[in-house]
Amino acid sequence: MKKNNTLAQRLLAAPHILWSVLFIVAPLAIVVFYAFTDSSFSFSFSNFSKLFNDGTVEVFTLSLAFAFCATCICLVVAYPLAYFISRTSRKTQNTLVMLSMLPMWMNFLLRTYALSFLLEDTGFLNNILASVGIDGVSLINTPGAVIFGMVYNFLPYMILPIHSVISKIDKNVIEAAEDLGCNRLRVIFRVIMPLSLPGIVSGITMVFVPSVSTFYISQQLGPTDFVLIGDVIETYFKSSAASSYHLGSAISLVLMVLIFICMAVMNHFSDDESTGGIIV
Amino acid sequence: MSKKFFAVFIVLTVILCPLICGCSENEENDFSVTEETASIDYSKYEGVTLNVYNWGEYISDGSDGSVDINAEFTKLTGIKINYTNFTSNEDMYNKIVNGGVSYDIIIPSDYMIEKLIKEELVLELNFDNIPNYKYIAPEYKNLFFDPQNAYSVPYSVGMVGLIYNTAVVTEELDSWSALWDPKYDGEILMFNNPRDAFGIAQFLLKEEGNDINSLSEQDWINAKNKLSEQKPFVKAYVMDEIFNKMESGAAALAPYYAGDFFSMYENNPDLAFVYPKEGTNIFVDSVCIPASTKNKEAAELYINYLMDPNVALQNAYMICYASPNTAVVENEEYLEFLDELHPDAYDILYMDMSEYYGGIDVRGYYFRDLPDETLNTMNSLWNSLKIESTESSSTDFVYYFCAVVITFLLVMFIINKIKKYKREHV
Repeated sequence: MKKNNTLAQRLLAAPHILWSVLFIVAPLAIVVFYAFTDSSFSFSFSNFSKLFNDGTVEVFTLSLAFAFCATCICLVVAYPLAYFISRTSRKTQNTLVMLSMLPMWMNFLLRTYALSFLLEDTGFLNNILASVGIDGVSLINTPGAVIFGMVYNFLPYMILPIHSVISKIDKNVIEAAEDLGCNRLRVIFRVIMPLSLPGIVSGITMVFVPSVSTFYISQQLGPTDFVLIGDVIETYFKSSAASSYHLGSAISLVLMVLIFICMAVMNHFSDDESTGGIIV
Repeated sequence: MSKKFFAVFIVLTVILCPLICGCSENEENDFSVTEETASIDYSKYEGVTLNVYNWGEYISDGSDGSVDINAEFTKLTGIKINYTNFTSNEDMYNKIVNGGVSYDIIIPSDYMIEKLIKEELVLELNFDNIPNYKYIAPEYKNLFFDPQNAYSVPYSVGMVGLIYNTAVVTEELDSWSALWDPKYDGEILMFNNPRDAFGIAQFLLKEEGNDINSLSEQDWINAKNKLSEQKPFVKAYVMDEIFNKMESGAAALAPYYAGDFFSMYENNPDLAFVYPKEGTNIFVDSVCIPASTKNKEAAELYINYLMDPNVALQNAYMICYASPNTAVVENEEYLEFLDELHPDAYDILYMDMSEYYGGIDVRGYYFRDLPDETLNTMNSLWNSLKIESTESSSTDFVYYFCAVVITFLLVMFIINKIKKYKREHV
């Protein structure tokens, strides 16, 4: 390998570095700055002390719990599907992957809005239920509807990485396991699953992170008796009071740290057995 | 083969789509402004672009066969319009203060204009460039937020009222307290913005001295407690989602803006509308020029154009809110249009509020700009209203589920560790 990073190589990285600095590092710095200042822009911890006094902590745990549920369900649904897709012929694989991507062709807000039409008390699903004699089931405005909305919206993000990892597993490895007397179930649990761990980890990340911070889904599909942390952040950023940006930034920062911790814990557990381990 | 076909299909659709849609849009319309507006010399401003920042669906934009007001302006003057939308006064304010974008025209509501004037974020207008100002009805001039009427020109006027579905609500309602009635549990919708939601609670608490513009923290706490009482019966806190929910009958009672009631009524004739006896919020949205403008004179000409009787008429057709423009209100066609909309449309839109509420001074029914301190109180109360759970049981299963899964994972992890340990030490 060449030791010196050539100028050309550095230039190739330049656009991405510029992009990251402008749109990731700089906004993050602004969030941190706002979080640690009060409305007169002098340094203070008041935003954080306020945050721990008004019930926001419970909202944090609730949001994490909801995202956790949604991620588990996504994983349970997506893994068999991804496995099934990867076992089909290359041509069908492409079609099936495209089909599972299909919902993402439409905007996420529109999909959620459409979902609220379907789940509505006078909506499509309830009409069908009513016609077969099941009456008075309230689908919308329940915690279940919120989790369903998360699963529905983020499922493709779980299927794709798992599928791409499974389909790249060397067929010889599986054959070797079979030759050595593994039955099919054992092949799945002892060979394919451990090898597909990097895909699972990145899938979990891609579902968990947007689920924790979502605000639109809980507003559209959720009941009035709880809010998720995204909703709280949204109200702060939608207010014209001078200190609201600071409070909103403080909550966003705490949320970021929490997500980071969750991911770190998960990576720690998965590193144990995975061959590569994906860095998130 | 199939891929090729697919590609051809996509290309064809992309090419044909604008052609097909384009044809149907090419209808000729006979729209023209008054001679007075047309006779102004616009040649100086040819090629200038104005950035207009307005509420969503708040102008006649050419949809549903209406006249495209902005396109007509460009045709008339050669001034290009870059039109964008905001969804709340607060969003607009944040964009003006923090956004670093320059707008030439904004159309905020009364209390926000008061704030913008106070913070010198809007410019004084030169009314020589706005001769059509004469059409504005006197009762909408010199309002509290702009007492000399130097900064703003009224664009549209509205009131909040109670909308209910007569198929579910059999009695005649006349009070906000219906939104607190346990009888309608699960049928009630409420505003999903703090100012409007608190406003309703404060009108209800009027007897106890509460007021929508109160500066006393205790008043806001009382209002919040009132809203907490209501929360168990509320189906959802909504803004634009209200249209679908009220039209489909998914909810039966909701407070909303009078003008929007008509578009709901069109799709669900069971709906009825009333101004509750406790009082209700009145708002005036006015056109202002922000301090960041680069083309003040062109912007003033645009304001003048908006106040033109024909333009204001088209906007009144589209928006369905009350128009402060006398030329519109006196127009026969407009009155016919209102009649077709709803038998009481004129009375609802152009209700004389001070008469309706027994000759009281309705200036107290406008939202005023509140000091930061009060806004902070309101926001944190609003958040705690949303956060506090009435019955925690509904989300308990989420926690149980998490606990079970985490325990399972931990057990698996430990078993694995033990197995590994044993394997390595055999």
